[in-house]
Amino acid sequence: MNYVSSITPIGKMLTGLESADSHATLQAVSEDLRTDLDVSHVVYHWVSGSGDQYGCGTYDPAWVERYMEKGYLRIDPVVLGCFQSFHPVDWKQLDWTSRAARAFLADAVAHGVGNQGFSVPIRGPNGQFALFTINHFCDDEVWARFTGDRRRDLILLANAFNQKALELQPGRRPQEAAALSPREVEALTLLALGHNRAQVADTLSISEHTLRVYIESARHKLGAINTTHAVARALQRGAIVL
Amino acid sequence: MIRYIYGRDLGTHPRLRDGMFRDRAAQFVRRLGWDLPLTPDGREIDAYDGLDPLYVIWETPGGDHGGSMRLLPTLGPTMVNDYFTHLTDGVRIESPLIWECTRFCLSETADPRVAAALMLAGGEVLEHFGVAHFVGVFDARMVRIYRRIGASPEVLGSAGRGRAAISVGLWSFETEARARVATRAGIAPETSRRWFDAAFGTPPRRTETAHVSRQANRNSQLPREITAAVSVPVA
Repeated sequence: MNYVSSITPIGKMLTGLESADSHATLQAVSEDLRTDLDVSHVVYHWVSGSGDQYGCGTYDPAWVERYMEKGYLRIDPVVLGCFQSFHPVDWKQLDWTSRAARAFLADAVAHGVGNQGFSVPIRGPNGQFALFTINHFCDDEVWARFTGDRRRDLILLANAFNQKALELQPGRRPQEAAALSPREVEALTLLALGHNRAQVADTLSISEHTLRVYIESARHKLGAINTTHAVARALQRGAIVL
Repeated sequence: MIRYIYGRDLGTHPRLRDGMFRDRAAQFVRRLGWDLPLTPDGREIDAYDGLDPLYVIWETPGGDHGGSMRLLPTLGPTMVNDYFTHLTDGVRIESPLIWECTRFCLSETADPRVAAALMLAGGEVLEHFGVAHFVGVFDARMVRIYRRIGASPEVLGSAGRGRAAISVGLWSFETEARARVATRAGIAPETSRRWFDAAFGTPPRRTETAHVSRQANRNSQLPREITAAVSVPVA
């Protein structure tokens, strides 16, 4: 069930994100994440349905300012290539052939943006759209290895960032804890009691595959990194009682 | 060949788009008897088509729709969560690692290998987009087709009996299942990969893949295209 590899610092990050209570904390988490992943930059950027923008990340403020001033949003192949999509994108997959795109890339690299990048687009509620990006200076081989090993981690991080950013939106009502269905509660309860997967599946008269999906759903709703964390969070929230 | 097209881009492929919606009407309404509304010109289009899904479409050599399926992230609205939670014990299946796959459709004249080709394309999506599972609703009559192409879903729940049964299923392609599907489709994994790259661009890939593949070929009795599939690193 461990979609998140246990050796990554991602667990710590997701836990840090979960307790973030302001944009400043979100910014700090992005900085920690850069250190822990050992990449050049971590960037999160969102646009709401009504056009409001918010971003945090590790880019040099001079680059952010230049990006705005030059209107790069209109030619940035990452934004153009990811907007409204829901599949993760490696920057090498994008079209950098136009003169404007090449000039943009040269300017970006001159400002410390990596030559490699991986972006996860997210479609949120009510037309909200967000982009979570990791970028780095390295060759293709190293990058292919990194994104190959970490793809799911990065997707989970992207979604955790977005969930938190949505929660921090001004005027948003405090979010009620995502309700678990009775079946998810039963599954987590049995796991909390120390039963293994096969026993839980057997007790609930479902296949282990089905159980796996129920646990994955519960994991997401609880904002947990893995099954153990999901059980702990469910207990802590009182969603399950032993 | 396989095409991967977001809903917003269907307009640039009018022949595939119209063929797909007409073939869906033929399959789901006329052949399977599902009670779905049709447009006045006989196309089956529902609310989820309005959510800019990712379509996986088999384009025949003549440029027509040969079969297709529709993918959506489960963090947004999905059929399974909107209408079929009674088949999942009330569990809303939501995860950035699970996508919904619906409207698996074959044209009436489709080559039998088209279903397998679509599944093979589904395997590309799982591998390269970090998706762990597809979840989807399917009709009892599809069970045989899925079995024949070597991609039977894990059934999460069913309602109804016999031909009227409707189920929610889960696909999680293990590598050997993908190799089986590739064989059924008669498509080399490299070709499938090329079509995927044609749609989404080519990312940097580990060079060791080729090395492992050569080794696998040396040590195996399996046909070359199958060992190549087995050696593809699963993300």
